[in-house]
Amino acid sequence: MIPAEQRVILKYLDEPGYTNDIECYIRHGGYEMLRKAFTMNPEEICHEVELSALRGRGGAGFPAGMKWKFLDRKSGKPIYLICNADESEPGTFKDRQIIHKDPHQLIEGMMIAAYATGTKLAFIYIREEFPQGANILEKAIEEAQASNFVGSNILGSGYSCDIIVHRGAGAYICGEETGLIESLEGKRPYPRIKPPYFPAVLGLYQCPTIVNNVETLCNIKHIIEIGGEDYSHIGVPGATGTRIWCVSGHVLKPGYYEFAGGAITLGELIYEVCGGMRPGRRLKAVIPGGSSAKILRADERYEGHLRDGTAFDWGIDDIPLDFDSFMAVGTMSGSAGVIVMDDTVDMVQALANLNAFYAHESCGQCTPCREGSLWMKKVSTRMCNGKARAEDVDLLASISKQIEGRTICAFGEACSWPTQSFVSKFKEEFAAKASETRSSTDNNGNRLI
Amino acid sequence: MKEPENNFISVFIDEEEILVPSGINMVEATRLAGKEMPHYCYHQKLSVTGNCRMCLMEYGMPLTDRATGEPILDRRGMQKIGWLPRPAIACATKALPGIHIRTDSELVRECRNGVMEFLLINHPLDCPICDQAGECSLQEYASDYGRGYSRFVENKNVKPKRTRLGPRVMLDDERCILCSRCIRFCKEIAKDDVLGFIDRGSYSTLTCFPGRSLENNYSLNTVDICPVGALTSIDFRFKMRVWFLKETASICTESSVGVNTLAGCREGKIYRITPRRNDEVNDTWMPDSGRILHNPVDSDDRLVHYTIDGKHTLVEEAAKKAADILSKGAVAVVGSGRASVEEQYLLRKIASAVNAVSVSLVSRTGEGDGLLISADRNPNVRGALLTGLIEQLPHANLTNLATDVETGKVKTILSLGEDLTQCGLGRDLLEKSNLIYFGTHCNETGEVAHVLFPTLTVFEKSGSFLNQQFRLQTFHTAVPGPAGIRPDIDSLGKLLHCLDPETIPPSNTVDIWASMSSGIPQFAGVSVENIPKTGLLIDGSQWAQLPFIEGKSLHYDPATQQSEAMNISK
Ligand SMILES: Cc1cc2nc3c(=O)[nH]c(=O)nc-3n(C[C@H](O)[C@H](O)[C@H](O)COP(=O)(O)O)c2cc1C
Ligand code: SF4
Ligand code: SF4
Ligand code: SF4
Ligand code: FES
Repeated sequence: MIPAEQRVILKYLDEPGYTNDIECYIRHGGYEMLRKAFTMNPEEICHEVELSALRGRGGAGFPAGMKWKFLDRKSGKPIYLICNADESEPGTFKDRQIIHKDPHQLIEGMMIAAYATGTKLAFIYIREEFPQGANILEKAIEEAQASNFVGSNILGSGYSCDIIVHRGAGAYICGEETGLIESLEGKRPYPRIKPPYFPAVLGLYQCPTIVNNVETLCNIKHIIEIGGEDYSHIGVPGATGTRIWCVSGHVLKPGYYEFAGGAITLGELIYEVCGGMRPGRRLKAVIPGGSSAKILRADERYEGHLRDGTAFDWGIDDIPLDFDSFMAVGTMSGSAGVIVMDDTVDMVQALANLNAFYAHESCGQCTPCREGSLWMKKVSTRMCNGKARAEDVDLLASISKQIEGRTICAFGEACSWPTQSFVSKFKEEFAAKASETRSSTDNNGNRLI
Repeated sequence: MKEPENNFISVFIDEEEILVPSGINMVEATRLAGKEMPHYCYHQKLSVTGNCRMCLMEYGMPLTDRATGEPILDRRGMQKIGWLPRPAIACATKALPGIHIRTDSELVRECRNGVMEFLLINHPLDCPICDQAGECSLQEYASDYGRGYSRFVENKNVKPKRTRLGPRVMLDDERCILCSRCIRFCKEIAKDDVLGFIDRGSYSTLTCFPGRSLENNYSLNTVDICPVGALTSIDFRFKMRVWFLKETASICTESSVGVNTLAGCREGKIYRITPRRNDEVNDTWMPDSGRILHNPVDSDDRLVHYTIDGKHTLVEEAAKKAADILSKGAVAVVGSGRASVEEQYLLRKIASAVNAVSVSLVSRTGEGDGLLISADRNPNVRGALLTGLIEQLPHANLTNLATDVETGKVKTILSLGEDLTQCGLGRDLLEKSNLIYFGTHCNETGEVAHVLFPTLTVFEKSGSFLNQQFRLQTFHTAVPGPAGIRPDIDSLGKLLHCLDPETIPPSNTVDIWASMSSGIPQFAGVSVENIPKTGLLIDGSQWAQLPFIEGKSLHYDPATQQSEAMNISK
């Protein structure tokens, strides 16, 4: 039996006849939770969010309630809330669905979060490549303003807050929260050093700032609906609530699917929910959490102990879809972008492709990432072009080790983990390249390096 | 732990405990411990961006039990250290009480090794033709922390090799390690935000904003702080290998700020002037305009002969002749705010010996830039006050003197370095008087002088100036003067001796200081040979009421300076 989705965030958005205007949203019970929120005080809401154990959906999985607690409320400076809608991690396409099809859900979640955190002004930082999404959001905000869900003295509560849609600058690094803040301030999106620039203390314009992902903020609405305690019972401890998984690659039915945390396994997702591999193909590998997550090899076994001490011994199909299980097998659920690869994939080429992305997207601020990402690209591209050397395998691994943990932002890990995991798990494929001789030009005679 | 003193905290560097001022970062703390924390992007006077990652270190804090607050002890009974799993950058890590760092562990060495390798893979092999060679951080750290061989077999990135950022600064983008020091300097210090990076990743390229140019009067500081040879001075480029340069401490004479400088010389020629750090005066900066002040040293119109009525003579003869003229009385003395304290003191002695009718000083003024050029363009007006040469602030024109010559009240003028024709005394007027002139270069005043003493520039002699803060600072002989020319104090001393055979001519500044410190209360106990590196503040409260014209600058605020002067007098 195909496991049934548990659609909370995606509840209405693909229903026939569901449109993204405010009338439709209100007909479906929209903005009732904002009304409810105003009957509570901000501390109560923060408390509910803490109880819910909601973890951020942007990539790092940081508990939202705890993040809000770190807000420096005594500074006397205005507090800002930023919705991270930069969605640019390869393999991730959930926020876009929400923005396009159900923008008011995001706005409602944001306004509750804004009220709870005492936000003075809220922003949606949307990636440049979503121009239509930006227009939809702007229209939705106008509608919400006209109905007094956004703006001054919202619903007579005395609380005022506006939302500004800011179109991004067309770079992956604008999704990193401090890079995003710099970009929002009108500068190059150079991520800031932490310490001292923790957004909750010194964020936008050096004021306390909360940055949350689109999906995270949508969840706030549902926490208010059922209460933090009940929310925490959806899913499993450490992965409460539902999560939207974006499946791409060589499955029959790629797409976005929402499940409660830990409700199904990776095998169920691939073979049942997504219809399995294409005819005659076998699963070779999966990147489970967006391109930055370490790759999992189909024929590997994963043994160890979970955080609560229980032992596990899993094949790739057995891994439950939650935060901690992916951590336990040495990768991460990241942005929940599941990239499925079948046996037609040349791992060296796949890595060269990812490395080209990271070399192009490194902001260039800090030495290891700036130089290392391009070097890895140059090596892996050369390997694809028939110029591989036996020592390249170790060289790639060594370069990636010299980046990891030594950079300003987590891009350092994001760009080194693919290389590290590809090379160590598919060593034989990389080594085999060294004995191949191929032309250094493509079919059109272009040089490939 | 050691007993903490005022604002000092105890930190542990490679297990060695030292006390450091609280609030400093671990690069500075390591320096205080006598060790080196290699770094590129960090600069003491600029904001911290933490981008080069050269200063990665391991750090940990003493562990305490969260519940009880008690320290957690190890088997030896020492407090356990909770080491962070990841290396951290020293430049952005503040010294915290009890912090432990490792500057030389396996991991730290590996980190530096990695950063060095990354910096070098796309770096050109330019050292043989690069001006920075010999004072290049990349070269130095490559030999200290580098791998020694290259694992890089790909094509290096290609970037622009010669971009003129402004009239004085040239950029080689391939050598740039993207540390952003120059960008931060322009923004934070020069307040002229014109530099930035374009493109991203390893293709990032430093450039000037479109339509702008790096032409502010501080642009060459970017060359000084660039850790590599990416930014070079158009004036100095390809002229001299820096390891041949002998660097001598000097003081910039551009204004009363008294910027501390180094004169880089080889074989008697000055090749460049660079700033010398003084956190009380100029930090690590200097204006571009001060860097060319050595040019007149080599000019063709230097005065190179002692002369009496146009005939060459010996300094002793010139002194005798001058003394003869001066002894006849009706003498006016014109001193200079560019002369050293020592010279001004001897001149004052001469003025008293001849019972001078008047003593004046020529003022030079301009607009202050609020940073390192003040409105008073004489470096040493305060010295003239201290030595008693003058009592009031100088005027630009010597109109009173002109009248005195006109009326016959003054028959002889002794000018120390000032071209009187530039100060309202016409040539015809000068020809009416007996003129004794001390000067470095040919000018009209020199032409009509009866007795002429060639003198030395600030780079050819030693002495001291008192800057706007009443800070005594010394300069030293960087290059020899023209052959046969005695230091100014020597000529002045000889003249004084002729006027008053009782005085023994001083042979060096030390002698003069012995005399000054006994005769001038504010100089009591001062010995110039060992004043602090940052100079010595002299009590100027006696002159606090004078209408000094300097406005605010980097380390000078006329409002607070007065109260400081008061403090010293207490
Ligand atoms: C290189 C990089 C790119 C990122 N891109 C995104 C992104 O596109 N969208 C996003 O929500 N978070 C992104 N993040 C994570 C953010 O920094 C931040 O952790 C997140 O927005 C916090 O929201 P959350 O707590 O709700 O997950 C990125 C992080 C890194 C290091
Ligand atoms: S790790 Fe990469 S993306 Fe992040 S600041 Fe450094 S260079 Fe930029
Ligand atoms: S910048 Fe330094 S390492 Fe680079 S070429 Fe010049 S001297 Fe050599
Ligand atoms: S030019 Fe020099 S100072 Fe400027 S960023 Fe490059 S290396 Fe740093
Ligand atoms: S000196 Fe560059 S990171 Fe610390």
